Amino acid sequence: MSEVYDVVIIGGGPGGYNCAIRAGQLGLKTACIEMRDTLGGTCLNVGCIPSKALLHASELYETAEKDFAGHGITVYNLSYDLSRMMHNKSETVKGLTEGVAFLLKKNKVDRIQGKGRIVGKGKVEVDGPDGKTTLETRNIVIATGSEVTPLPGVEIDEERIVSSTGALELKEVPKKLVLIGAGVIGLELGSVWRRLGAEVTVIEYLDRIMPGMDAEIAKQAQRIFKKQGFTFELSRKVTGVNKTDDGLSITTEAAAGGKTKSFDADIAIVCIGRRPYTEGLGLEAVGIETDKRGIIPNKQFQTSAEGVWVVGDCTHGPMLAHKAEDEGTACAERIAGKAGHVNYDAIPGVVYTNPEIASVGATEDQLKEQGRKYKTGKFSFMANSRARANHETDGMVKLLADAETDELLGAHMIGKGVGEMIAELCVALEFRASSEDIARTSHPHPTMTEAIRQAAMGVEGWTMQA
Amino acid sequence: MTDINVPELGESVAEATVGTWNFAEGDAVKKDDILVELETDKVSIEVRADGDGTLSQIVAAEGETVEIGARLAVIGEAGAAASGAAPEKKAEPEAKPAPAETPDAEQGGNLVDAKIPEMGESVSEGTVGAWLVDVGAAVKRDQALVEIETDKVAVEVPCPVDGVLAERNAEEGDMVAPGDVIARIREGGAAAPAKTDTPTAETKKDTPADVKAMPSAARIAEENDLDLSKVEGRGKDGRVTKGDALKAVESGATSPTPAASPAPAPAASAQRSDEPREERVKMTRLRQTIARRLKEAQDTAAILTTFNEADMTAIMQARKTHQDAFVAKHGVKLGFMSFFVKACVSALKEIPNVNAEIDGDEIVYKNHYDMGVAVSSPRGLVVPVVRDADQMSLAEIEKKIIELGTKARDGKLSIDEMQGATFTLSNGGIFGSLLSTPILNAPQSGILGMHKIQERPVAENGQVVIRPMMYLALSYDHRIVDGKEAVTFLVRVKEALEDPQRLLFDI
Repeated sequence: MSEVYDVVIIGGGPGGYNCAIRAGQLGLKTACIEMRDTLGGTCLNVGCIPSKALLHASELYETAEKDFAGHGITVYNLSYDLSRMMHNKSETVKGLTEGVAFLLKKNKVDRIQGKGRIVGKGKVEVDGPDGKTTLETRNIVIATGSEVTPLPGVEIDEERIVSSTGALELKEVPKKLVLIGAGVIGLELGSVWRRLGAEVTVIEYLDRIMPGMDAEIAKQAQRIFKKQGFTFELSRKVTGVNKTDDGLSITTEAAAGGKTKSFDADIAIVCIGRRPYTEGLGLEAVGIETDKRGIIPNKQFQTSAEGVWVVGDCTHGPMLAHKAEDEGTACAERIAGKAGHVNYDAIPGVVYTNPEIASVGATEDQLKEQGRKYKTGKFSFMANSRARANHETDGMVKLLADAETDELLGAHMIGKGVGEMIAELCVALEFRASSEDIARTSHPHPTMTEAIRQAAMGVEGWTMQA
Repeated sequence: MTDINVPELGESVAEATVGTWNFAEGDAVKKDDILVELETDKVSIEVRADGDGTLSQIVAAEGETVEIGARLAVIGEAGAAASGAAPEKKAEPEAKPAPAETPDAEQGGNLVDAKIPEMGESVSEGTVGAWLVDVGAAVKRDQALVEIETDKVAVEVPCPVDGVLAERNAEEGDMVAPGDVIARIREGGAAAPAKTDTPTAETKKDTPADVKAMPSAARIAEENDLDLSKVEGRGKDGRVTKGDALKAVESGATSPTPAASPAPAPAASAQRSDEPREERVKMTRLRQTIARRLKEAQDTAAILTTFNEADMTAIMQARKTHQDAFVAKHGVKLGFMSFFVKACVSALKEIPNVNAEIDGDEIVYKNHYDMGVAVSSPRGLVVPVVRDADQMSLAEIEKKIIELGTKARDGKLSIDEMQGATFTLSNGGIFGSLLSTPILNAPQSGILGMHKIQERPVAENGQVVIRPMMYLALSYDHRIVDGKEAVTFLVRVKEALEDPQRLLFDI
């Protein structure tokens, strides 16, 4: 009670901890409240990072199992140890969360454990292990993130009916796994368990996978995933998940009605999306109202309440760690009186399946909707020398540019490692580059990035290597 | 640490172009060593070291345009490494290998206000014009940051200190008043360009007008002869994007010869070699000034030329007769120029309007006779002045002309020696010209064109005889010199040349 903070941040995920670090750098007296034992939020503890550890391990396994032979490598008695994989995952998470704690300390941010609640203007109550305390502050930043959207009538027990969190902690590989929802999270987790031997069925209400992703890329992805062994049940609505003696029975009907069909499974993952997490946050104490979906509106990160700011999943925009991170940084700068800004037209999205899917900017559907005239350039990894040498030819690069100015409007890719390659196009978008700018930029040979250049040439019809 | 600044270059000379540096950063220099040459539109000036020391920093690179008083370089104590002045960080690599790596570098330095200057009495506000410097760009003291347009003049807001433009407080189109803070400069922030090698190259490369353009925009500009500095960039930090460049080409901001049209001639030129058919070279400041002033003269004065011819027999005879004695006594040869100067002075005294100038709605009569003598120099035409020619003897005039000619050839003429002529003599004859119409050297009102002396048959007392003849041309400003006066002037010159004794008798 003795001191007044400049900023108190509720939530220690990517939005919150980056906001805290930047605020600390800018000399603001800052506290970061986190209810978990460890910092890093969903991303670091039960999201991006642990899933990537399992994705990488399972991908190595599958590569050894299926692709080594094609390169002349013979493997005998290939096997995996799930508990070791899980241990490695936990170690990765531990190391990284400790790293965040160190960064906060380095930047003189007070880390306060507990659940934060706004109790009035400039007042945040923390319910921590040592009881309740109240912090006084000039600014409050809400960075409480999101939680799994539940499916009505289906209770998540994190044993057999799991969310993404439980799906990262399975004790053994399920024989039959059902994904409820064909979004990014489901496809990544489904990939992990499929590679380790599960038979995976994806049930999706819509008629396509990965809604929001460029339709052409999504279609190609679906074809590749099907080849890998996924079974897709699109336009199908889950009506119930019943526990049976030897597992689960998932009942469905066609999205349009009728045509019921049920699926047996050992494990079902509910991954229909995420929703803002603001429960018990005390928004009413400062008069903040959320919209129908629970989203806190903002204007340059400022909420309707003076001195209360919001970043990350609990406000508008894609629920992505790097978007939250960008906002956290910009928000801290704004609090410090600087000109923090986030370019929402250049926030990339990556699906860490194999092949990866990456995109930034507008999709073709969005451009059509806007009535904007555009040109398209495409290039298949089939014709890329590095991809050929690596036997990783699945996928393509697709670029969209304005028909008149040639300004790059969107980039969509599917292919091995495109999650790393997309950064080039983020820079291009940020600099308002034209397709020609990319086409005239030297790209190393032989690399898969050459496909980007060839696709860029394709926008104005001068692809040279196809 | 001593700053080497741009010296005074004479009245009406505001800026100069930096020539080649004779020393590199880190070189030892001695007092009076010539560090660098500055080229102005009139003269070249050598900038010398004012003491022994080490050239620790070159602030203005070759090709940059600098203003009077601007810092050119910093000379450190002989052998001494560093005195720790923040902006000079770059200069002491041996003292601190990577001084700019510290995060403080970008924070360091005070913020200094750049204010709108007084724009003349009765001007209380102006409109912000184009910003010449981006936020974050390195700026030098006195560099123009932005233009302010008023109903009377456009003034540039000079940068108060060396540093980095930290913020702009007004945008194009905003109204501002004298004394308003229009920008803030982080002093000494020059550390930023010192951080890596690339920005140094950038500073060297060009003036502030260096345009940031995307590669495609640069291609379009080159193919369409588009001046990117005139295209508004909508990309990040004002970069010119492809769309901007395309739009500019479409709106016709290109030169009259678009890239598409040079095609028609190929058949005829099939035999030509593949060498480029044209070459672009930047005009020197001298050339630019010559061009501008000639055009100004044409645009301002009502120039008209009257002609006559002179029989040079008498002068040639006089030279032949007295040359030896003249050289023996004065050490210079008796040339033609002195006669012409004297002849003109005599005629100017009779027709004072030719020696006058127009200033607004007034005529300024000059009671002194300062003769500009156009001479060619390796750098172009220069016009040094023979002052008070009316009070000089022929020998003195000859000596003076030789002295000025030598200086012109060596590029050593001072500004003073080229300013303030009241009348000009231009001798195209030395190159063989038989007849020409000189352009006035504004604000003067008369210029005499001398030409080649050529033997021609002329009628004399009813006989055709061969005489050494010279056509004379007088271009004059018809606004203040009447035709009668101009013709009379030229007749007087002719008479004096044909009978130099008239000069002696003052008739």
